[in-house]
Amino acid sequence: MREWLTRVPPPVVALALSVVLFFVAGAVQPGFFNLDQAVNIVRLAAFLGIIAAGQTLVIIAGGEGIDLSVANVVTLGAILTFMVSGGASERLLLGVVVALAVGAVIGLVNGLGIVGLSIPPLVMTLGMAGVVKGTILAVTQGNIPGGVPPLLARVVTGRLFGVPGILFIWLLFALAMWFVLERTTYGKRLFAVGVNRRTAHLSGVNVPATVVLTYTLSGLLAALGGVLLLGFTQRVFLSLGDSYLFPSIAAVVVGGTVLAGGRGSYYGTMAGALVLTMAESLLRAMRMGEAYQLIVFGLILVALLAVYGRQRETA
Amino acid sequence: MLAEARPARGERFRNLTFLVPLLILGVAVLLNYLLQPNLFQPRVLNGNFRVMLPLMVLAAGQAIVIISGGIDLSVGAVVSLVNVLLVTFVKADSGWSAVLLGLAIGVAAGAAAGALNGLCVAYLRLQPIVTTYATSFLFSGIALAILPRPGGALPRALTTFYRSAPLGVPAAALGIVVLIVTWWALRRTRFAQHLYGVGGDAAAARASGVAVAWTRFSSYVVMGVFAAFSAAMLTLSTGSGNARLGDAMTLSSIVAVVLGGTRLAGGAGGITGAVIGVAILTIIRNLITFANVPTWYQTLIDATIILAALAAPGALRRIRGRA
Repeated sequence: MREWLTRVPPPVVALALSVVLFFVAGAVQPGFFNLDQAVNIVRLAAFLGIIAAGQTLVIIAGGEGIDLSVANVVTLGAILTFMVSGGASERLLLGVVVALAVGAVIGLVNGLGIVGLSIPPLVMTLGMAGVVKGTILAVTQGNIPGGVPPLLARVVTGRLFGVPGILFIWLLFALAMWFVLERTTYGKRLFAVGVNRRTAHLSGVNVPATVVLTYTLSGLLAALGGVLLLGFTQRVFLSLGDSYLFPSIAAVVVGGTVLAGGRGSYYGTMAGALVLTMAESLLRAMRMGEAYQLIVFGLILVALLAVYGRQRETA
Repeated sequence: MLAEARPARGERFRNLTFLVPLLILGVAVLLNYLLQPNLFQPRVLNGNFRVMLPLMVLAAGQAIVIISGGIDLSVGAVVSLVNVLLVTFVKADSGWSAVLLGLAIGVAAGAAAGALNGLCVAYLRLQPIVTTYATSFLFSGIALAILPRPGGALPRALTTFYRSAPLGVPAAALGIVVLIVTWWALRRTRFAQHLYGVGGDAAAARASGVAVAWTRFSSYVVMGVFAAFSAAMLTLSTGSGNARLGDAMTLSSIVAVVLGGTRLAGGAGGITGAVIGVAILTIIRNLITFANVPTWYQTLIDATIILAALAAPGALRRIRGRA
């Protein structure tokens, strides 16, 4: 079974699995089985997919790469857009620029700590998560003035030909990610660094610069996720991004990106985001108690990992 | 890549990894004493030890897993699980036999949880970070199914004992001494040596006849047992059950291990460092409380100090490297 499964590309399996789960959901809960519900699930998956984009890059870069600060950067990105724009559409661009810049700076500091001070990524980004959370608390003191620019809400939730705007954004975003990974020098260097830092260095790649740039991008993309999420939730709160932290890692792994680095794709992460969101929606549709939702979600994750999360032969 | 130079590092150097953390702890305790002059009064000291002990036991288990090259993100959920099992089987009017039975069930559950993690990581070769994250949902779910609402109580005699100071030494401090002495006794055993070997260079360990998968598996089972004991002490401290009790302890246990000088890459470090790491974390929290830092700034200052402490070894190495 596993022999057969490992020969099929993980993104294909993840995609097929989300379709199967959708049919299961339809069988369990007849009201679930319609186009609206399908569009709704893809829409929810879009936010996870965009938030997990930076995580994909960081994991491809290898060296135990992981970014645990994404959740708090998502929250900070949403809060900054909320506060800077003050709910005015004409100030939306300013809000977005500030949010993305701050996200990029956080990522830059992560990268410098990891490369320059050789702090393990897990620890560095975990520490940074605390600092970002602390900054949010210190700056807002529980009172966040501002508003959601109507333009942002319209772009994210408004529909064109019945399709929510966020799906067009996700599609464009995915094309950009594909281009960056497959068609740019940075993309080639990223994979080279992920496969083996020493050979990458010997073949002329500036390894430290590539790694620092990758964490910077991760911060920037997490902040972008926060901006878009704000357009969807239309309100901000201190734990806005928290529930996206581990799904962002799980989506990457389920999509076939190898945690050891050097191999992976963004469309894999998209399929991973889809199947995770679908599994969560199914559990909710089945109206299980929270306890059983957690148990089943845990089992699904372990099962997916058992098929795809295997480590490279190291010893 | 990074692991190449490690196995050559001698026993001597390995034993010194907790000296820098010890220095940090000394400074932190001094600052704490300046802000809180009654720090060394038995009552205050006892209170501090009571808060530290459960996390120290948990961090000790985490250190064992990390030394062998893994990591366990499910420990907090295991603590919660054992906590709810304890208050389910032990009631306020329970006798000794019920208490021992409850403890046995808790330890068995902890070991079983560890065995599941170990099976996935060592034998199915799944990635430790995501796997133990995934199983943490499973354990949290089971804990929540067993005890949907916080509650329960332990016999008063037990909670009183945990607060007591037999022979003038706080019970919790005795626990810390037992933990460290046990480690120093076990450090020379073959199992401990295998942990370092597997974490440092698994291929070399295998070549010299170490059962790599079995060692990794065992490290997770030991972690599960430690988590169970951590939960037992935490339950003595809180006196009741809560399916979310251990959630925040997972990250603290990892931060404590790293603060104690153990590298996340594995193959080095020890429990003594982890114990010191927990002491540092607790004292830092004390400092923030006693320095009258406004509530809204506490998280920021706490996190900044921790990040600085985590960055310190790398920064020192850089400075020394240049000199």
